[in-house]
Amino acid sequence: MTAEQVAASVESGMAVGIGGWGSRRKPMTLVRALLRSPVRDLTLISYGGPDVGMLCAAGKVRRVVAPFVTLDSIALEPHFRRARQTGAIEFTEYDEGMFMFGLLAGAHRLPFLPTRAGLGSDVMRVNPELRTVRSPYGDGEELVAVPALTPDVALVHVNRADARGNAQYLGPDPYFDDLYAKAAGRCYVSCERLVDPADLLKEGPVQSLLISRSMVAGVVEAPGGAGFTSCEPDYGRDEAEQRRYVETPWEDFREQG
Amino acid sequence: MSRADVCVVACAEAFRGDGEILAAGIGGAVTVLAARLARLTFEPDLLTHDGVCLLTGDVPALGEAPQVVEGWLPFREHLWLVLNGRRHVMLGASQIDRHGNTNISCVGDWARPKAQLLGVRGAPGNTRCDPTSYWIPKHSARVFVPEVDMVSGLGTDRGAYELRRVVTNLAVLDFGGPGGAMRLVSVHPGVSVADVVAATGFELAGAGDDVPRTREPTEEELRVLDRLDPGRLREREVAG
Repeated sequence: MTAEQVAASVESGMAVGIGGWGSRRKPMTLVRALLRSPVRDLTLISYGGPDVGMLCAAGKVRRVVAPFVTLDSIALEPHFRRARQTGAIEFTEYDEGMFMFGLLAGAHRLPFLPTRAGLGSDVMRVNPELRTVRSPYGDGEELVAVPALTPDVALVHVNRADARGNAQYLGPDPYFDDLYAKAAGRCYVSCERLVDPADLLKEGPVQSLLISRSMVAGVVEAPGGAGFTSCEPDYGRDEAEQRRYVETPWEDFREQG
Repeated sequence: MSRADVCVVACAEAFRGDGEILAAGIGGAVTVLAARLARLTFEPDLLTHDGVCLLTGDVPALGEAPQVVEGWLPFREHLWLVLNGRRHVMLGASQIDRHGNTNISCVGDWARPKAQLLGVRGAPGNTRCDPTSYWIPKHSARVFVPEVDMVSGLGTDRGAYELRRVVTNLAVLDFGGPGGAMRLVSVHPGVSVADVVAATGFELAGAGDDVPRTREPTEEELRVLDRLDPGRLREREVAG
């Protein structure tokens, strides 16, 4: 597939889960294709980085579901900040662990999963739709019932994939990309390099095969497709480009490509 | 011996007695150095990590890769560990109140903040499930506020598991005051109690005449710090 075909399959109003973490292994080629598409009113579900920032800057977003939005080496994401401070977007703010449990619930087709993370904090205040459950066992503990996160579409970027969608990460951290793939209605994978299935185990052990083709609707070969975020071990974060992104007015940055 | 050296040692002291759990410093040089210093001196069973996702078998200098890797700790394992509880993290805070409620999410009304910051990150779960300490490099009334705008990390009045201590550029504090209120434990060499009180936007327990001085680093600790941070990155983080 092409990135444009992936973007064209995303409809206005959909919930889009975006893999990676902060400014690490974000599917930026697919995100940039969304920027060029007419889509709008998206709900983004993301351990947020420049994916969230760019889509907010381009006016594509109605709601962000996230525990943070950061560029890692630059703590605060300028376009997400502006969107929040101008009231341009709605925000569902979760604890990092709550967010993972939301993805796990979605991946396991459960309505919710219980956790302690979030209890006592203002996450409960600013998300009045959140409910608690009481343990049915002797302890009777009250826990947050984190509702399943179920994106309509998930977008992830990995190091290698075969044409049918078996996806491999070669870096040190899988992040939560497998959970996005399993929780979503359909998942699109972009990869640094398409390889023959017979070659998948030449570069990494079997445990590096993160996502099965049964979870993947389409594959896009996109060398550099996480840039300027990192995609270890193929490349690190392009810090100069990230700085330029932060320092350049959005319309200029977007025109310069 | 510099103020930063005193701060690192005061942060390291937060990990005393923790044993075989992960000592996690978030961000900057001071908290990372503190965990590594504690492990190399008085708390040898601590686990420390490389800031990415490796548990290091040795204790490398800042910015250097470990020679020995003893475990794997991707983000999903961090989040598991938070719920499991075998982790003591030293967090930062943009605002903190007298019960240790902290805010890293936003300043102003959450619905439309004056300044959007990071988001709550893992602070709610960390503070509910694990011992937590704080490192605040600039002790001021902007940070030490009567009420935080968005409770990210829980205070002693909201069910925090255990708030161990707060270390700032001026002092060490804990929550041994009445009703779990913040209490002044010690002031750093060269700092007066009045300095700390003036930089704190709420009433501070224990701010009397007989406040001890924060202990100075030992010679061994200074030697270890010089090996771990030969470029003295810790100095850049501590307000004078």
